[in-house]
Amino acid sequence: MPETTDPTPDGVQIDLISRERMEGLTSMEKIRSILDSVREGNIVILEAGLSPDEESRLIEVTMSEINPDDFSGIEIESYPTTGGNEQGFLGRLMGKDSDGQKLTVIGPANQIETLHKDETIISALVSRK
Amino acid sequence: MGLLTDLRNSVSRVQDKLFADGDGEPKRIGIYGPPNAGKTTLANRIARDWTGDAVGPESHVPHETRRARRKENVEIERNGKTVTIDIVDTPGVATKVDYEEFLDHDMEKEEAVRRSREATEGVAEAMHWLREDVDGVIYVLDATEDPFTQVNTMLIGIIESRDLPVLIFANKIDLEDANIKRIRDAYPQHETVPLSALEGDNMDEVYSKIAEYFA
Repeated sequence: MPETTDPTPDGVQIDLISRERMEGLTSMEKIRSILDSVREGNIVILEAGLSPDEESRLIEVTMSEINPDDFSGIEIESYPTTGGNEQGFLGRLMGKDSDGQKLTVIGPANQIETLHKDETIISALVSRK
Repeated sequence: MGLLTDLRNSVSRVQDKLFADGDGEPKRIGIYGPPNAGKTTLANRIARDWTGDAVGPESHVPHETRRARRKENVEIERNGKTVTIDIVDTPGVATKVDYEEFLDHDMEKEEAVRRSREATEGVAEAMHWLREDVDGVIYVLDATEDPFTQVNTMLIGIIESRDLPVLIFANKIDLEDANIKRIRDAYPQHETVPLSALEGDNMDEVYSKIAEYFA
C-alpha cells in the first residue's frame, strides 16, 4: 500500500491512487492492495478504476473475506458508462484499451454510504468506524 | 455510439452462432441480477412452462438463492422452431453481505450468520460462472428500483467485456411503482423486455426474445 504518515486516530484516511501506480501491478496485486487498505478502514480512490474482469475478481475476493462482526464487504462507486462500451469491439480491433477509464471510489461497506449518483456526480457520506 | 454498439452486438451474436455451439450442446443462459429482483421466480416460471418442474424456492428474504442451480434441456418452442437451453439461476450479486440484515427477517443470529456465509459463497460462485461457464445472460432488474446501481453497472460491464449476448428483463411490472423507461434509459445499448415473472405477464415476448437472442 502507499506509504502513509501516521493516520489520525479519529479521522478517515483517503488514498488517491494514480493510474501510473496501478499500471505496474498485476490484477491480484491491485485487488489485494485495495482490500488491504479498505479493511484498515481507509477510502481508496482510483484515478483509473479497474477492468471489468478485475471488478469481477474484486467482488469474488471480497466475498471470501467477509466475516461477521469484522468485515461486511465494500461499497464501490464509479461513473456509469451509459450508452454502452463504445470502444469495446472496434476499440479492441484498433488496439485501444477501453478498460480503466473511470474514477472509482471504494470503501468499507459499514463506513461509506452513497447518497446520490448519476452520470456526472458521485455523492457519498463517509463515517468513522 | 449507437451504430458502433449495434455493430458490436451484431458481430458478437454472429461470433456466438459461429463458435459457441459447434458440438450441439444447449447454451447455458445465466440469470443474473441483484438480490430480490425475481431471478428464481423467473427461472421457475420458464422451467414450469416448458418442463413442468421448478428450479428452486422463492422468497422475499434477500439471498434466498445461495447456490447456482442449473435446469438442463429447457426446450422453448417459438415460430415453429425449438430452442434448447440450460437455465442457470444464480445468487443475487452484491459487494456486501451483512448478517444483521437477515435479523430483520425473524432469524436468530446463528442462522443469520450461517445464511450470510452461504450468501457470500454464492455470490463468488455466481461471478465464477459468469467468467467461465455461461454462453448468454438474462439480466433481471426489479422495475420498481433504481437501476443505476454500481452492482448493475459493473455486471453489465463485465457481461459486455466478455461479448456475451444479453437481454435485460424489467421484472415486477405488475407493481404500481414499476418504471420500465428508467431501465431502458439506463441501458439503452441493450434490449429491455418488461414482464412479471410472478403473474406471468408478457411471457410471450419473453420467450420470443429468448429464442431470438439465444438460438
